[in-house]
Amino acid sequence: MRAITRRNMLAGTAAASALALAGRSAWAEPQWKKYAGTKLEAMLIKGPRGDNVQKYLKEFTALTGIEVESEQIPEQQQRQKVVIELSSGKPSFDVVHLSYHVQKRQFEKAGWLADITDYIKDPNLTAPDLVESDFSAAGLTYARNDKGRMLSLPWSVDYFILYYNKELFAKKGVAVPKTLDEMAEAAQKLTDPKDGTFGFVGRGLRNANMTLWTNFYLNYGGEFLDDKGNILSDGPEAVAATKLYQKLLTTSAPPGVAGFNWMESMASFTQGRSAMWIDGVGWAPPLEDPNASRVVGKVGYTVVPAGPKGQYSATYGDGIGIAAASKNKEAAYLLCQWIVSKTQGARLLQAGGGVPFRSSILNDAEVQSGVKMPKEWLQSAIDSAKISKLGLPVVIPVAEYRDIVGAALTATLSGADPATELKKAHEQYRPILERSEKA
Amino acid sequence: MSTIAEQASGTATQAAVAERPWRPPSYWPFVLPALVVVLGVIIFPWLFTIWMSFQEWKVGAPTVFVGLANYLRLPADPRFVESVGHTLSYTALSVLLPLVLGTFAAVVFHTRFPGRGLLRALFIMPMMATPVAIALVWTMMFHPQLGVLNYLLSRVGLPPQLWVFHPATVIPSLVLVETWQWTPLVMLIVLGGIAALPTEPYESAQIDGASPWQMFRYITLPLIMPFLFIAAMIRCIDAVKSFDIIFAITQGGPGSASETINLYLYSVAFVYYDLGYASAIAVVFFVLIIALTALLLVLRRRVQWNALGDEP
Repeated sequence: MRAITRRNMLAGTAAASALALAGRSAWAEPQWKKYAGTKLEAMLIKGPRGDNVQKYLKEFTALTGIEVESEQIPEQQQRQKVVIELSSGKPSFDVVHLSYHVQKRQFEKAGWLADITDYIKDPNLTAPDLVESDFSAAGLTYARNDKGRMLSLPWSVDYFILYYNKELFAKKGVAVPKTLDEMAEAAQKLTDPKDGTFGFVGRGLRNANMTLWTNFYLNYGGEFLDDKGNILSDGPEAVAATKLYQKLLTTSAPPGVAGFNWMESMASFTQGRSAMWIDGVGWAPPLEDPNASRVVGKVGYTVVPAGPKGQYSATYGDGIGIAAASKNKEAAYLLCQWIVSKTQGARLLQAGGGVPFRSSILNDAEVQSGVKMPKEWLQSAIDSAKISKLGLPVVIPVAEYRDIVGAALTATLSGADPATELKKAHEQYRPILERSEKA
Repeated sequence: MSTIAEQASGTATQAAVAERPWRPPSYWPFVLPALVVVLGVIIFPWLFTIWMSFQEWKVGAPTVFVGLANYLRLPADPRFVESVGHTLSYTALSVLLPLVLGTFAAVVFHTRFPGRGLLRALFIMPMMATPVAIALVWTMMFHPQLGVLNYLLSRVGLPPQLWVFHPATVIPSLVLVETWQWTPLVMLIVLGGIAALPTEPYESAQIDGASPWQMFRYITLPLIMPFLFIAAMIRCIDAVKSFDIIFAITQGGPGSASETINLYLYSVAFVYYDLGYASAIAVVFFVLIIALTALLLVLRRRVQWNALGDEP
């Protein structure tokens, strides 16, 4: 906390009166200008979210007088760099872009993030429209630690949805599937190897494939951890989900799918070679881009079909947090708040670059009308929000989990038995999880 | 080296003692910078790695001494055991193929024919490209549905292949890229060797009625053996530590079918942040490389003996 100086007071008063002149009640707005002149460093992940920040940063500087140096690094490298810097105790950044589904537990346990619970309640720091209850349940699960303290602000959520090619569906007279069984059946009907078209495409590559598979697992009634933190994903639900995964990817998917990540899957889908694709909600812009896609205007968007035990959309997400070691925590908080603000969230949604965790943005009619992507896409995001469930276990060794179980899934694509492979993988994973929980 | 240094310092001191009081030998200031650098960037990291390999050392968690536990995990870790196999088969193939093809290319480019200079220049171009850029281009060419390789196969009536997208074909496919890039290097080394060969043995062989194959087998091959060994050593070192091409094309997949020790080491250290275990892998990998190098050195000595007869 800074001591109150005459200069701070003056700046605060000036800001307050300026806001009062602008027609708002001064007490309701945070003291944006309080940290004018502060310099912040922000470490972002390369992609539409990072772009959305960098593009409009000048507005933040104009609002607060805070200078921001920001850097975008590709996801994998950013995760490594951030962990190494934070563990050194002297990170080069104040504000950090988090991948919740990989880093949540690791960051909490190591105590790398500043507690911002009190900042959110402080009207001098937080705009009145930003309240915890505005974030969706998945977002709050990600941002809060086990004591209910907020360690970051949920920024953008990634629901898995079903993309389908309307033209191929019409050609074969197939209806849009409502259940996973119907989907498998439709995939068979839509597959025509002579024609070079296939019913389904999705991630087969080890590690990446987990994000697809968990959609099936959750809908077959699977849970990742029991009360004691033991991993459960080799039970009967997992075997059933893996059988479906194996069936879809070996009988209705393009050859070589075992090596496909989202990029190769998207290539197959945008070329009109695959009729269905389940992946993150953020791919609408490239699918609707005439320069990159042959299926512009022919793509249908809907929620992941229901399984025998329910209907969930596997959810992953990004957050924005403050390094516990930062010397400018309150200024950094202003930046975080601006990043998840309504204006910035609306821009992100309207460009199709991501879906904000805040319901006040997603459900705002005015924001919705500005969305450049098809209405069906927006609807699929809104519907997915209602059935969202975390897509990976919240443990520290997430990367090992994805690698080991992911390799088992890939092995089933060359004919290995799902039950045996899952059992083997979990035998390998359990000691790793135990070691990490013990530490 | 140390014995020479000791002797030198010994004589210097003896000579100096008679006339003036002892002072430190004058060569130290010259040796010191190199010594400091070697200690700082080679010796210290190695000792530190060995020390780390005895610790349970995870980023974000306290460090605990665990003795040999990290090493005991290795033989029970199927991914590590498999990665050793992948490394060996990948190395063997990507040393042998460029060696055979490079020697063949060198023999071809040694004969005189029109346009030889231009073709030689074209031939060595892959060597000059950046591995990651090459890898990305090959990734596209390998694509089973959209890639150009399957298109070419279909033009000559062969069935499409899965290339890097199937566990059985992934290592040969990666070796194909490695071979394409590094055959020119072997060709250059061997071509230099062939150019330096004496012409007399060939003349007498021709008089004796030897066929071109016999001349190659009994004259050229034994004489260029030392060059082949140098090429083999360079290729071995490159192939064992190969990372960029594999990482950019398959990231060790599908599954872990192309995961070499290097890739696994990278995952353990920088994705799982298990630095203690990663250090143990690095130490074992180092021992493996030392063993391989020793083997090559022994073989090389024997070949030199054969090639050069009694000459030292």
